Amino acid sequence: MKQAIRALFVALPVVAALAAPAPAQEAVKVGVIQPLSGSVAASGNYVRMGAEIERDWINAKGGVLGRKVELLIEDNKSDPKEAATAAEKLIVRDKVPVIVGAWGSSMTLAAMPKLEEYGVPMIVETSSASTITKRGNPWIFRISPPSEMEALGLEKYMKDLGIKQADFLAVNTDWGRGAVGAFGDLLKRSGAQVGSAEFMEQAATDMNAQITKVKAGGGDTLFLTTSVEQITLVLKQAQEQRLVRRVITTGGSSSPSQLIKQAGAAAEGTYHILFFLPWFPEAMPDGKLAKAFVDEWAKRGHPFEGLTEGFRGHDGVLTAVEGIRLAGKADPKAVQAALWQVNTMGLNGPIKFEKDGPAGKESGQSKPSIFIVQVKDGKIALPAFSAKK
Amino acid sequence: MDQLLQHLLNGLLLGATYSLLGIGLTLVFGLMNVVNFAHGEFYTFGAYAAFAALALASVHFFVAIPLAILAGALAGAVCERVLLRPLRAQSIDTVMLVMIGLWIAMQNAELLGWGGVAKSVPTPFPTQPVVLGAVSVAPLRIFVFVVSGLLILGAHLLLSRTKLGRAMRATFQDRETAALMGVSIERIHTVTFAFGAGLAAAAGALLGPVFLLYPSMGDLASLKAFSEVILGGLGNFGGAALGGLVLGIAEELGAGYISSGYRDAVGFLMIVAVLLLRPSGLFARAERVG
Repeated sequence: MKQAIRALFVALPVVAALAAPAPAQEAVKVGVIQPLSGSVAASGNYVRMGAEIERDWINAKGGVLGRKVELLIEDNKSDPKEAATAAEKLIVRDKVPVIVGAWGSSMTLAAMPKLEEYGVPMIVETSSASTITKRGNPWIFRISPPSEMEALGLEKYMKDLGIKQADFLAVNTDWGRGAVGAFGDLLKRSGAQVGSAEFMEQAATDMNAQITKVKAGGGDTLFLTTSVEQITLVLKQAQEQRLVRRVITTGGSSSPSQLIKQAGAAAEGTYHILFFLPWFPEAMPDGKLAKAFVDEWAKRGHPFEGLTEGFRGHDGVLTAVEGIRLAGKADPKAVQAALWQVNTMGLNGPIKFEKDGPAGKESGQSKPSIFIVQVKDGKIALPAFSAKK
Repeated sequence: MDQLLQHLLNGLLLGATYSLLGIGLTLVFGLMNVVNFAHGEFYTFGAYAAFAALALASVHFFVAIPLAILAGALAGAVCERVLLRPLRAQSIDTVMLVMIGLWIAMQNAELLGWGGVAKSVPTPFPTQPVVLGAVSVAPLRIFVFVVSGLLILGAHLLLSRTKLGRAMRATFQDRETAALMGVSIERIHTVTFAFGAGLAAAAGALLGPVFLLYPSMGDLASLKAFSEVILGGLGNFGGAALGGLVLGIAEELGAGYISSGYRDAVGFLMIVAVLLLRPSGLFARAERVG
């Protein structure tokens, strides 16, 4: 009897192994870290939706290396500490060869030491703080523009805008503080006055004090750098205080369609720096791709206003999977090396990395396209001056 | 001068919202000796309840707000019956831990139910501001200010002037004697906690339309409520109301004249100073209740 039981135990795993289906090719994992809850959750969820579309498109075309792509999506709760934890979890437990993340600059910066510690590359899809690619972290490959690049994109319109004195209102994070520096330099270069620079906490809801202060300053333009949630509140509160300024939002996360919906008349006349224009897909560098993405987004029932953010997820996953394809294997070190060879077309435009940061430890920085739109009569329009250029 | 006036007005409006947030918290602590870490979640609950009534059930704005307050009070009553009643004999620390658990559970339930994306609540008020000389203010904020004041006054009168209020105070001063006088102790516990939760829900229902709704909105509200309650003296009803105004104006002036980046720091530094100089709070009196 005893022997029979022992025999059974020996036989069991063998039977189980025989009974199991032929080992299906395990999916290639791609980690995604986004703020899916917390104060900037809207943006993170849109990026996730865009990432899922690109995953499905890739899988419909046969995946990569003959295997399906699987996204492992982690929530950083709009909190830098959680971003670092999420990166560690994806790397140590899930063993992903590449990550896309982590939306906010402070969140990305917090995750970066983990990338270096374990040697895993990360495609930075949203963050704008220039320090991200200047710190000498060779695992960083950024497809979003740093604030300096955005400022350069705006430079050609400075004459048309006719800014004489501008103030800043920015979120008190690496992103906000970086943008104030970069756009401040642009103003000085163009001979405009730099007024006051005000900051607000990421979760703050009452910005009346800052607005009152800006109003007392007497500039003609207000640069606004924060998430769409806070932009909505600032525009509404500025209207309550009768603040008359030309408002320019930076960072590409202003989701003007959502502003029109939630801030109404307070959004009228505002300018927005963006990196994807879902209202004019045909005007994008790859019009056909842009059109297909906008259509797929609508087909899935995602809100239209999320597209200006959602494209980042698409381009991030596209870049990550292209890196895996070029590497020929899902290995972090090989993917890091291969990312330098990436030369592909995203929704924003061509994606190709150039070296940035201290020699020998450079990060990759792509050169994204930069667009500017204006809210006119409750609709999104290309400003008159950008049409003639 | 114009700037100062606008800052003071902003501070007053902001402070009134802090006061409304704080009185429910201080009430529950002062009477029941329960540190309600889930206070901010009842605030969030009230905001989403108003949103649900307005946007989903298409109830009128002025009906939606009382409905939300009622829903908040009901949720509070349920929490008291299910969570706090079995813990009646336990230490304040145990209760505190349970309330922290409730906070996390409620916040994640909101996230599950409503999603992480911010929602905005439509109101019947015009968006054009009311202009008073050099300063201006949105009609909605005036409405919120007035209703907050009325709620604070009403809560105060209920506690000090009504039979129910007397029964509440008696219960928490001397349980046995109150019971001997024919007060239903269990019912008073439930009603008091429901009252505190209802006030938090009122704050959420009123402030939700001013700001935006998202599941973690209660965290900041809780933080501010705790600060002003500490500022005004724990359990001190009038102190909490005044503490809110002081905190609002201090933050506003700090941001306006010192540095907006350190806006919250100004408020907290003031609390540190108050705790050093007057450890029982700015408006502490010998008696702590009511």
